[in-house]
Formats: sequence, C-alpha cells, structure tokens
Amino acid sequence: MLGVGAYRTRNRPARSEVLPVPIGQMTWTLTDHQGRLVRPSDWAGRPVMVFFGFTWCPDVCPTTLSDISLWLEELGADADRLIVALISVDPERDTPDALAGYVSNFDPRIIGLTGPADEVAQAAADFRATYRRVDKEGGDYTMDHTAGVFLFHPDGRFASIIDFHEDRRFAVPKLRRTLS
Amino acid sequence: MKHFLLATTLIFSAPAAMACETVTIGDLTVEHAWSKATIGAGRPGVFYVEIKNSGTTDDALVGITTPAAGMPMLHETVVQDGIASMPHAMSVPVPAGQSVQLAPGGYHGMLMELTTALKEGDSFPVTLSFEKSGEVTVNVDVLSLRAEGPDCADAGQ
Ligand SMILES: [Cu+2]
Repeated sequence: MLGVGAYRTRNRPARSEVLPVPIGQMTWTLTDHQGRLVRPSDWAGRPVMVFFGFTWCPDVCPTTLSDISLWLEELGADADRLIVALISVDPERDTPDALAGYVSNFDPRIIGLTGPADEVAQAAADFRATYRRVDKEGGDYTMDHTAGVFLFHPDGRFASIIDFHEDRRFAVPKLRRTLS
Repeated sequence: MKHFLLATTLIFSAPAAMACETVTIGDLTVEHAWSKATIGAGRPGVFYVEIKNSGTTDDALVGITTPAAGMPMLHETVVQDGIASMPHAMSVPVPAGQSVQLAPGGYHGMLMELTTALKEGDSFPVTLSFEKSGEVTVNVDVLSLRAEGPDCADAGQ
C-alpha cells in the first residue's frame, strides 16, 4: 500500500489535491467537431490526452494546440492510437462547426468536444478541471480555465499532467510512458 | 461598413517577413512583431513583439493602437494553481538594460473587435506607446494560427 501511495505522489500534479477519475468512471456525453456523440466508453483501451480551452482564446489555447501538434509529429505513428481532445469550456460559442474550423489548423488527430453546459460541467468535474466566465465591458467575455494537459493510460487510469509552463522537452517522454 | 473600408486599405499582403524588421525609438529597439491568423473577425487577435531597452532609464509599454482592431489592449496570461487567466496589464515594464517579450503564454496584445479577419501572410501596423520614449509604429506579420514565432535569423527564442 505504501508503494502505491509513493507512486501516486510522484505522479501527481503539484497543486491539484484531487486526481481525475479513471476514464471508465466518467459520465459525460459530448459532441465532437464532426457532430458525433462521444462518451468515455468510446475511449476504452486507448491512451488519452485531454485539455480544456475555447476557440475565442488567442494565446494559451493555440499555443497548447501548437505544442501538442509538435509532440504528435515527434511521436509519429506511435501516437495514432492516442485520443487527443480539446474540451471546450465555452459551449455557448464553441459549436461543433466552430471547433471544426479551429482544430483543422492543427494536427488532424486532435478532436474538439463540446456539448450542453451541464455535460461540459460534468466533464470538468470528472477531470477535476475548473473554468469560469469572466465578463468584459461591452458584453464580451473570456474564460479562465485549467491549462494543464491530462494524460491517461490505455486502461483509463490517470497518468499525469503536463503543466502549461512545464519544460516542453519533458512532454514527449511523459507521453511515451503513457502510450505503453 | 466604415470599419471594413478602413481595414481593407490598411491591411495588405506582405511581400517579405516584416516581423524581422527592427524599429528603434530612443534607447528602445522593437522587433519580431507578429500575430496569428484568426477564424473570422469575431474572435480576438493577438500581438507579440520583443522590446530591448539599451539605455539607462526604465521605461514601460503603456498601450497599443492599431487600425486592425477597435479595442486593442495589453494582457498578461497568468497561470496560477494550474488555471490560466489573462488579466488586463496596465503597463509592461521595460527596465533599463533589459529585453522584454510579448510572447505566447505571457504578455500579449489582445486585439478585440477586429475590423477584419487576420489572414496568414497579411501585415498590419501597431503603434506602441511608451511612458518615456513616446510612440513607435511597427508592421506586424500575420503567421498561421499554429505558429510559435517568426522565423528570423536573429530571433531570440
Ligand atoms: Cu488576452
């Protein structure tokens, strides 16, 4: 038991107190950028990489997607079984079509997910991610959101988080460990 | 409609990589000005640049203006407890003898109310206002949404 505890501690994100639940215990239903329904059970047996964002975000989100695209290119065919998903925290503006136009700029293995507000909230709860709408003057708004990239083993167990400001050179080795 | 006409005359296709141009004002050197393509004009654009202060007096970037956007602002991406937010930055310090970067994941110009979509290969001017050195205008290269920075021989990244 001690061994397991030590293992968990080493892999756990520094500032998060609660770990994401295993993919198999998640209960959200979302729609991908091609309009297909996606449930956690669809990802059974495959490694998973998920991050939260929104397409009205000009800085953090495209930067993360650019990084992920570079990692996927470096991994090549080894990443073909990896599920890579951007879950929108702004479903009001991020329709499947809006997501399609956005993800088409990056590695084609990246999918966009959106859905009704309560399903997005369920997904965030399952991943232990948070997001918050921030209103700007003139009726415009932006979203604060968890910036890390979540990794899960093929059996659905949470593996680790790649933090936004983490040295990106460590990302690919981390990913390789998750894929196997 | 007025905005649209203005935009078409001020946003043009760049023959060369303007991001690699260097503009100076007083002790400040401003270079590597770039932006990312946007999907339509509804989503905000972004503005990145490097500023070097080779003088002995601290300065600060206090604002930006551009014909490309109705509401350009300085922002700073902050990741705290794993959560990203981008509050308005009143100014970006440019200390004596130092360089600062408006770069992905940190300070950036947020171009809200774009007059037209920013297309890869286009270019547009941004005027930077400094507390001490005054105003200077740079040409900004629009790179792809995927770009991580301009490809200049001397780019410091
Ligand atoms: Cu911003």
